[in-house]
Amino acid sequence: MIEFHQVHKTYRVAGRDVAALQPTALQIASGEVFGLIGHSGAGKSTLLRLINRLEEPSGGRILVNGEDVTALDADDLRRFRQRVGMIFQHFNLLMSKTVADNVAMPLRLAGSYSRAEIDQRVAELLERVGLRDHAGKYPAQLSGGQKQRVGIARALATRPDILLCDEATSALDPQTTAQVLQLLAEINRELQLTIVLITHEMDVIRRVCDRVAVMDGGVIVEQGPVTEVFLHPQHPTTQRFVLEDEAVDENEQRDDFAHVPGRILRLTFQGEATYQPLLGTVARETGVDFSILSGRIDRIKDTPYGQLTLALVGGDMTAALERLDAADVHVEVLR
Amino acid sequence: MEALFGSLFTNVDWYEIWLATLDTLLMLGGSLLFTILLGLPLGVLLFLSGPRQLFENGPLYALLSFIVNVLRSLPFIILLIVMIPFTVLLTGTSLGVAGAIPPLVVGAAPFFARLVETALREVDRGIIEATQAMGASTRQIIFSALLPEARPGIIAAITVTAITLVSYTAMAGVVGAGGLGDLAIRFGYQRFQTDVMVVTVVLLLVLVQVLQSVGDKLVTHFSRK
Repeated sequence: MIEFHQVHKTYRVAGRDVAALQPTALQIASGEVFGLIGHSGAGKSTLLRLINRLEEPSGGRILVNGEDVTALDADDLRRFRQRVGMIFQHFNLLMSKTVADNVAMPLRLAGSYSRAEIDQRVAELLERVGLRDHAGKYPAQLSGGQKQRVGIARALATRPDILLCDEATSALDPQTTAQVLQLLAEINRELQLTIVLITHEMDVIRRVCDRVAVMDGGVIVEQGPVTEVFLHPQHPTTQRFVLEDEAVDENEQRDDFAHVPGRILRLTFQGEATYQPLLGTVARETGVDFSILSGRIDRIKDTPYGQLTLALVGGDMTAALERLDAADVHVEVLR
Repeated sequence: MEALFGSLFTNVDWYEIWLATLDTLLMLGGSLLFTILLGLPLGVLLFLSGPRQLFENGPLYALLSFIVNVLRSLPFIILLIVMIPFTVLLTGTSLGVAGAIPPLVVGAAPFFARLVETALREVDRGIIEATQAMGASTRQIIFSALLPEARPGIIAAITVTAITLVSYTAMAGVVGAGGLGDLAIRFGYQRFQTDVMVVTVVLLLVLVQVLQSVGDKLVTHFSRK
């Protein structure tokens, strides 16, 4: 459990105080994948770095499993950091060390492992991330995806409880991004590891996160379960992120549908409701006809969901709307 | 052939040349060793106390920077003479190889320290951050991350410094240090023995070439590309 109690951070830039993070309260449960999304300068990177005190808070308290991180002295902070893994956008591997030596580094720095233990742990980790055959290579000889796998193996070396991911997939192509996210999701399940990740891509949140916080201007403007925030965004910033992900221009769409007759509805369903033959049933029972104007059926992490924009014509319109409302579906009447 | 060789280099005493070469190599080796021993920690300190670094310390950085700049702006030939009393105190003589090493080190160490500082600045800040995030102490950050990552840059700095030292050793001949430069000045220049001049210059050139290519090879090797 990671708790933020009125944590804030201000920088002094050219004699002026600039707030990077406004007083923030936040709780991240053990074992969950928590996403922070925001544009650059929104404060998400500051928030992430406050957790392992790469940034010192200007005020407030941060508790990790009940321990006040903000009160740790230098030695205790070092021991604490050994229990928090971190991966980075640009991987930050040591170019002068082999893959195996990079992964061994946190263990060697900790100083409490024998050589045999280190060798065994490194072999185990490289096997887990699928890089067993690359142990003797240098980072410059690897692809971006492979480098991030080394980064993940290195971050897991000391068996941390928490993994911090700083834009871990932003420098990767879409296919490699999907593989790295898949690996993170597996690790989260296998090791019951708490993952906190920051990103500017809604797609990353949708694929792996359980809960999400949306940041703008140093403030968390919206947070909740990903399905909730993603399917029913309240704050304008969140809505923009969702639209960016769907690549839909709402105004353009409204113009496109101008000549379509009848009522226009947007239905949102998730979980089991996604697989119910609802539309056919309603159409048969109330005599309305429907056409699908746009739609998407996909998954948010493990939850299937669908979002359809429909035009309804003819039949008993009132009964149809009532029937849809009564079902396990969220209905918005657009026109 | 041998006759032609002999008549071309009438003034050249090859035994003398051999001794002078040895002296130059001794001066170079000795001064390079102490330059690294002194300049490397100084460079690390300059880097760490510099703006926005791990041990940012404005006054310390300003002081170190000032000392380095003063020593670097002093013409080496002046430094050689100014240093004589200190050299005698340190080595008991201001002559020969032993007498040359202190001024060579004082002349080259600040230069080398600046090059080390620059090489360390080239290390990606992200790597330092990642090492901090692993729970490394400052000492571990320096020895396990900073220095290994800057190794190609530091080797390049040693190469440049060694070559600068070769030209300094030649100047040190002025205060009686011996070596190839001394031969070139005393015989080649003052006695107009052009053949001695040519031989010493060629030997210095070979030395510089060898240093540069060995340095380049090491840089490539440790760049791990």
